[in-house]
Amino acid sequence: MRKVMKRKVGSQIVASILVNSIYAMINYPVVLINTLLAPLAILAVVTFASKGTLLPVAAVGALIMNMVSSGTSLQQDLSHLKNDMRLQDMIVSSPTSSLVYVIGMAISEIVYSIPTIAFLIILNVIFVKVTLIGGVVLFLDMATIFTFSISLGFFLSTFTSDIIQSWGFSGILSPLLTTIPPVYYPITYIPFPYRYLAYLSPTTYASEIAQSQTGFYNLSASGFAIAWIVLLGITAALTFLALRRSRWREI
Amino acid sequence: MRLRTQELSKTYDKKFPALDNLNLDLNMNGIFSIIGRNGAGKTTLVRILSTELLPTSGKGFLNDMDVVDDAEEVRQYIAVVPQEARPLPWLTPLQTVSSYLMWRGYSYRESKEKAKEALRELGLEGKEGQKSRKLSGGQKRKLMVATVISSEAPVVFLDEPTTGLDYISRKELWQLLSRMKKDRLIILTTHYLEEAETLGDQIMILDKGKLVDIGGIDDLRSKVRLPYVLKVYSQNFKIEEEGVQVQKISDRETFVYGSASKIYGIIPYLVTNKMKFTVEEASLSNIFEQYLGTGEDEKSDEEESW
Ligand SMILES: Nc1ncnc2c1ncn2[C@@H]1O[C@H](COP(=O)(O)OP(=O)(O)O)[C@@H](O)[C@H]1O
Ligand SMILES: [Mg+2]
Repeated sequence: MRKVMKRKVGSQIVASILVNSIYAMINYPVVLINTLLAPLAILAVVTFASKGTLLPVAAVGALIMNMVSSGTSLQQDLSHLKNDMRLQDMIVSSPTSSLVYVIGMAISEIVYSIPTIAFLIILNVIFVKVTLIGGVVLFLDMATIFTFSISLGFFLSTFTSDIIQSWGFSGILSPLLTTIPPVYYPITYIPFPYRYLAYLSPTTYASEIAQSQTGFYNLSASGFAIAWIVLLGITAALTFLALRRSRWREI
Repeated sequence: MRLRTQELSKTYDKKFPALDNLNLDLNMNGIFSIIGRNGAGKTTLVRILSTELLPTSGKGFLNDMDVVDDAEEVRQYIAVVPQEARPLPWLTPLQTVSSYLMWRGYSYRESKEKAKEALRELGLEGKEGQKSRKLSGGQKRKLMVATVISSEAPVVFLDEPTTGLDYISRKELWQLLSRMKKDRLIILTTHYLEEAETLGDQIMILDKGKLVDIGGIDDLRSKVRLPYVLKVYSQNFKIEEEGVQVQKISDRETFVYGSASKIYGIIPYLVTNKMKFTVEEASLSNIFEQYLGTGEDEKSDEEESW
């Protein structure tokens, strides 16, 4: 049999990034601002409605929303490439493994939203006051919620068999995870007993952690620890589940 | 390349089997053509062999690699164009082919070069930089084929690559496949029987998930009851002969299917009556109809084996 290529994981990951974000951005530059509009719209509403006082909260919230959107976009993109274009079947039967494909696609979602992230980071640098350690905490917080949403997106994409289902998932997830929970406003604004409901969303914990660093929420050391434990726990469980589900082949 | 299946079966949703105890042992290079009606199980077989779908029972092998247990290894050797695959509309043909090659492990530069070469080969070089959504249906199909053909994969699965193409585009693709089949095994499903006849070095007839027969076109022809066609062009031709099948094409045109001896028995009559005629070997579509029946069954001649 003919000589077989050596697998180059780097090439394989770059291929996903090129296809799912860079080529899309080059060929249709309008997508460069695609991911910016939703976070910016809510940020504007919250800022004006609070007469500017909640701008720092909303600026961090917009970053959290962007991380969650990466996951819902991943879910939509994977579903689309699998069900409508049959691209996934071509990848399944190629030397690229499922994990490498999904990692490449996940990175591509970040690349896709680089303009948005850049804009939001500038906004944060200008309007949000944090200590150096606070900055590191925010970064880890964002990375965790990104991992959470990417795993969720991948997990859901393995269930979808058509585009309507896939729109359904993301249409539900986005408000449930970002608009309704206290991402753009402090959790203290929710009266009891409704506040307990907010804790059903993992983004609430991410938001608590972020708001504790920006001075909008007073979180005790134990509260801080609990928020991290819950957030990391949910993320780890979901990632595990997603990897288990990453069954490449149909049965 | 050797392709084998042992009692390979697939049942979706616990209903009737889409593949039913398929046993196959094929050692060849060139084009292996799988024909069968819609729903015969062609796609199911291709998807199992190309490691996309798990069988319900039985085994499949590429050389000595099990398509289930050694899937990772099998994937180093195969490339697939699924039945409904389409190029991503937001990519250009060059980006489409080169990114696929990168997924196969080529570097960025190598991929670009090989992609350009493949597109040139297919006559798509003028289109390589415009978005794929602007391509015609035929060009899109060619692009998908170019994508896998440009890779090094020694085994290529093409699931109905020419369905819906116009005649000229189909012929162009045939030429490409004939050129590309050297040193490769190309597994090609189609319901264009002319295509399977032209391209297939080996042809497999699949029906309701079962293997009906497999062989070169001449093997298959030698096994059917009516391997010859006598085409008579005359208004006055009438025939009442046992053991042949008569098909009235038009007022002036009658086809008679039969064995060599039956057909040659009719010729003196035609010569005496100065009727125009030709004798041809049955085409794959004639053979296919004889294997599967045309609906009007010929159960009367059960002693004749086919
Ligand atoms: N994903 C599926 N779920 C349920 N039934 C299926 C699925 N795919 C194919 N089938 C059934 O299996 C049979 C064989 O289908 P298929 O392999 O696609 O045939 P072909 O490619 O020869 O047209 C058909 O009866 C079809 O309805
Ligand atoms: Mg099919």
